[in-house]
Amino acid sequence: MFKEHFRAKSFLPVIALFIILLFLPAVIPRFYTYLLATIFVTALLAMSLNMVVGHGGLFQFHHAAFYGVGAYAMALILTKTSLPAWIAFVAAPVASALAGLLIGLFCVRLTKLYFGMLQISLGSLIWAIIFRWYSLTSGDDGIHGITLPSLISSTKGSYYFILIVLVICLIIMYLIFRSPFGETLQAIRDNPDRCEAVGINVRRHQLIAIVIATFFAGIAGVLFVVVEGSVFPDMMFWVYSLEIFMMCLLGGWFTFGGPMLGAAIMVSLRSFIGSYTEYWTLILGIILILLIFFLPEGVWGFVIQKIKKRAKGSVEGEND
Amino acid sequence: MLQVEGLHKSFEGFKAVDGANLNVGKGELVAVIGPNGAGKTTLFNMITGQLKPDKGKIIFKNEDITKLSTYQICNRGIGRSFQITNIFHRLTVFRNVQVSVLSRKKKSTKLFHSARRIAVEETNSILESVGLLDKTSEIAGSLSYGDQRVLEAAIALGIDPDLLILDEPTAGMSPEETQATMELIKKLAATRGLTILFCEHDMDVVFNIAESIMVMHQGLTIIQGKPEEVKNCCEVRECYLGGSD
Repeated sequence: MFKEHFRAKSFLPVIALFIILLFLPAVIPRFYTYLLATIFVTALLAMSLNMVVGHGGLFQFHHAAFYGVGAYAMALILTKTSLPAWIAFVAAPVASALAGLLIGLFCVRLTKLYFGMLQISLGSLIWAIIFRWYSLTSGDDGIHGITLPSLISSTKGSYYFILIVLVICLIIMYLIFRSPFGETLQAIRDNPDRCEAVGINVRRHQLIAIVIATFFAGIAGVLFVVVEGSVFPDMMFWVYSLEIFMMCLLGGWFTFGGPMLGAAIMVSLRSFIGSYTEYWTLILGIILILLIFFLPEGVWGFVIQKIKKRAKGSVEGEND
Repeated sequence: MLQVEGLHKSFEGFKAVDGANLNVGKGELVAVIGPNGAGKTTLFNMITGQLKPDKGKIIFKNEDITKLSTYQICNRGIGRSFQITNIFHRLTVFRNVQVSVLSRKKKSTKLFHSARRIAVEETNSILESVGLLDKTSEIAGSLSYGDQRVLEAAIALGIDPDLLILDEPTAGMSPEETQATMELIKKLAATRGLTILFCEHDMDVVFNIAESIMVMHQGLTIIQGKPEEVKNCCEVRECYLGGSD
């Protein structure tokens, strides 16, 4: 099964990158290890959003809500119950997927912007519940000092855990991207009416995509708790959802890997420029304007176009 | 195979279809003709479920499909192409057709198989039969207009329909392309045992290949019959064929 999906040649750079990432924590300062881990978590979140936005063509404006549900489910199980920790790791993504299913059931009945408006409203509702339910979630204080299993509580431990989970998730996402379901989903993105007319139950496919995407968002939420050891409502505020949306656009939302690049750029910008000025979004804004003018397909989309042009005629290449 | 009885549809008071009747027998090549705005596309849209009729009945293979949704109707065996080219612009030609083949084979929800290996032969054989085999890896949006029209029909063939509905398959084509497309339709009907329902503006084409013709005028079915009958019907001459014949 794997052989069909992964042609060795085109994955050599990916494997090389993975090996570098494996050894990096040994040589770089702790802060950078932490920063990389944050990038991984954000990358997974952006990738999960892109499954519905870039491949599914759905305006999932409030994706961070499910990120939050995953993180809060994890935090609450670890702090408020005496259940073994592994249950939290499993239950949190499932909780996200259930929230995704519930909201998705309403949203897929609408299309385009109407979908987006309803989605942002229902997502904000989840945020409001968590923000207001002080006795359970401590409201805007968030939950801090979450005790994690000792193996992954150190910076390095969490780094490796996150890296491994990220890689597993990416492999699964890639399998889905290239599966009949993934291809059908991309066809629905391009032309939902035509898909109906060839017998595809468009809403059901969209709902499945939402559930899968929110499941992965939940995993990202779990990983967030692993990095930070805390949760707070800001991580699921709608403004943050827009930020993830931008990561997808920035990296290239019609590609598979683009959103990861977008996430890396955004997180790095925030931490590096953000340490000089709190107006780092100003610079982000300028970058985005330039992007729209010069790289409408996103950074990764642009790189792929260049590679394709160079290797034209060799193999039938699609977005990787 | 398909019976349409007394179909009505109005849009905010405007009666687009106002009493349409149609009978398509198995293996027939049936044409719907009528001036612009006669309601042909509206009729097709109701048969395939894009629009819901206000009144009337649509029977397909002895089953009332009037209230079914588009994808359910398609799964009963009705494929269609659109008047305005309706393809997947960002996907390759191959994947355009593969999507509909996957849909018919009920494989479109498979999550962990590689799509590269599924339904390849079948997709290629459809592309071959319409003459697009040498363009499989091109992006559909970059095809010439004529090829896009053909791809449009190929997508409809992907679901292996019993009844194929073609909404002005030659819209915007040059006379040569029109001729070639019609030859293709005839060939497909013969080799695949398809029943075809189509509408068309070119009268020469229609009277040449159709076995049965239904004439619409202002949403109303005037007559359905063999080409000679239709040609001799004075009402038809009056409202439609008058000038051109």
